[in-house]
Amino acid sequence: MIEAKNVTKRYGPTLVVDDVSLRFPVGGITSIIGPNGAGKSTLLSMISRVLPMSSGNVLVDGLDVVTTPGDELARRLAILRQDNHLTSRLTVRELVTFGRYPHSKGRPTVKDQEHVERAIQHMGLEALSARFLDELSGGQRQRAFVAMVLCQDTDYVLLDEPLNGLDLKHAVSMMKQLRTAANTLGKSFVLVLHDLNFASCYSDHLIAMRDGKVAFQGRSEDIMRPDVLRAVYDLEIAIQQINGDWIATHYR
Amino acid sequence: MKRFIAAAAVIALLALVSLFIGVSNVSWDSLFSPSPDERALQVLVISRIPRLLAVMLVGTSLGVAGLLMQMLARNRFVEPATAGSAESASLGVLAATALAPQLPVLGKMLVAACFALAGTALFLLILRRIPMRSVLIVPLVGLVLGSVFDSVTTFFAYRFDLLQSVNAWKTGDFSTVLRGRYELLWVTLVLTLCAYVAADRFTVVGMGESFTTNLGLRYSRIVALGLVIVSLVTAMVVVTVGMIPFLGLLVPNVVSLFMGDNARKSIPWVAVGGAGFVLLCDIIGRVVRFPYEIPGATIAGVIGSGLFLFLLLRRDARVG
Repeated sequence: MIEAKNVTKRYGPTLVVDDVSLRFPVGGITSIIGPNGAGKSTLLSMISRVLPMSSGNVLVDGLDVVTTPGDELARRLAILRQDNHLTSRLTVRELVTFGRYPHSKGRPTVKDQEHVERAIQHMGLEALSARFLDELSGGQRQRAFVAMVLCQDTDYVLLDEPLNGLDLKHAVSMMKQLRTAANTLGKSFVLVLHDLNFASCYSDHLIAMRDGKVAFQGRSEDIMRPDVLRAVYDLEIAIQQINGDWIATHYR
Repeated sequence: MKRFIAAAAVIALLALVSLFIGVSNVSWDSLFSPSPDERALQVLVISRIPRLLAVMLVGTSLGVAGLLMQMLARNRFVEPATAGSAESASLGVLAATALAPQLPVLGKMLVAACFALAGTALFLLILRRIPMRSVLIVPLVGLVLGSVFDSVTTFFAYRFDLLQSVNAWKTGDFSTVLRGRYELLWVTLVLTLCAYVAADRFTVVGMGESFTTNLGLRYSRIVALGLVIVSLVTAMVVVTVGMIPFLGLLVPNVVSLFMGDNARKSIPWVAVGGAGFVLLCDIIGRVVRFPYEIPGATIAGVIGSGLFLFLLLRRDARVG
């Protein structure tokens, strides 16, 4: 289980994440939603130790992320941040293989190779696997990064805006992949999503942030309500139930 | 693998040829006749072979040092000669020469290495502080920093009447290499092998700090290791033969074009390519004005700048 206790991030006088305490449910998909600048990405980065906290602590399976050895954590938790700009020319397969680094330490075994092939397949990258990353489109590259993180095969997978740059088909297929991985392998995903409807349709648990604090959390039907969303986004958002899903119609 | 062996064979052939180039007559016949020419044999053992080894060691290690710099700075356009490392190393040798002239070469090298370490670390620190760093800002910062070190060096060299020596450190020249005066360079081979052993870590560092942390590695530790390797290699080259420009820039960039940046795969190619590049420059420098010589660094500057311009224009679509 991932547990955040009084986590705070401060840049000078500005509080970006303000004393957040949270227990993330084990298994399934948890999505963090909220307006720009709510502190979603910052919280995710601090939980995954890629950004230092100003105060508070985070426990993953009882291990403090600040003091636990990095390679130990890397076998339990994986993070993909947004805006990954790689200057290195690596092929898709090389990149995905580096996802096995915490397990293989640079010497991939046959089992590691199987993980790599499976991750490449899951993200529909078979035809692109020998291509260099700088020869791919933004969406294809994003899928390669997600494949790398999935290949790390951790119990907890944190993805910041995984749908960034993906077309509709690949966005749907990625969410379906995550859903399958959560259902069949018992993995726990924590996502930061901008698309309310993807969050609503695929998540078991929603966390709505605003001004560095957790404003609301609960299941889709608890969060996908006009009064809740108005408080989060300052916007009138009508909600309709379509085929059992709660859908926000906020385009007009 | 086949291509690698072919490339290595071509360079071995060049190496063999280079043994027979020079004012003193050393030929196959004079060496392997029933009554070998003593003088020719001496020239070969004392001058030609050490020179060849120095060329290969410098090419290999500077090429790999350039590759490491590019991964540490996450930018294709930096190398020890343009990021303050070589300039601060020169300043270090100057300090050692002016303040402790009786220091042996090893001592001077260590002083130079400390200066190079500080200079390169300063470069990386400045980079961390620059928000929105663009592809071209990074090498510019390196050039500016290098020029600052350079002007300090020139000022004190002028005061201590050491301008000529400074020039020797800055311009790589293999004509003075003799047995007993280049052996320090063997250490660079050890450092190159260290870089190869840690190749995967350097590739990961080249992906950035978040990726490195996510994969369970200590970013700062790997950067420190890279800095030490780059600084020691630079210092040794500066002290023994002098800097070779463009090598650390050109060779890794060419290799990256067709091999990519997975260091495990590219380091052997960079090593072989670097050795070949310096060897070629040295041979050209020895034959264009025979019996006189032009320093290898000068030839490297001419060939390197032309080739690099070509590469820059060719791949500019991908630079941004």
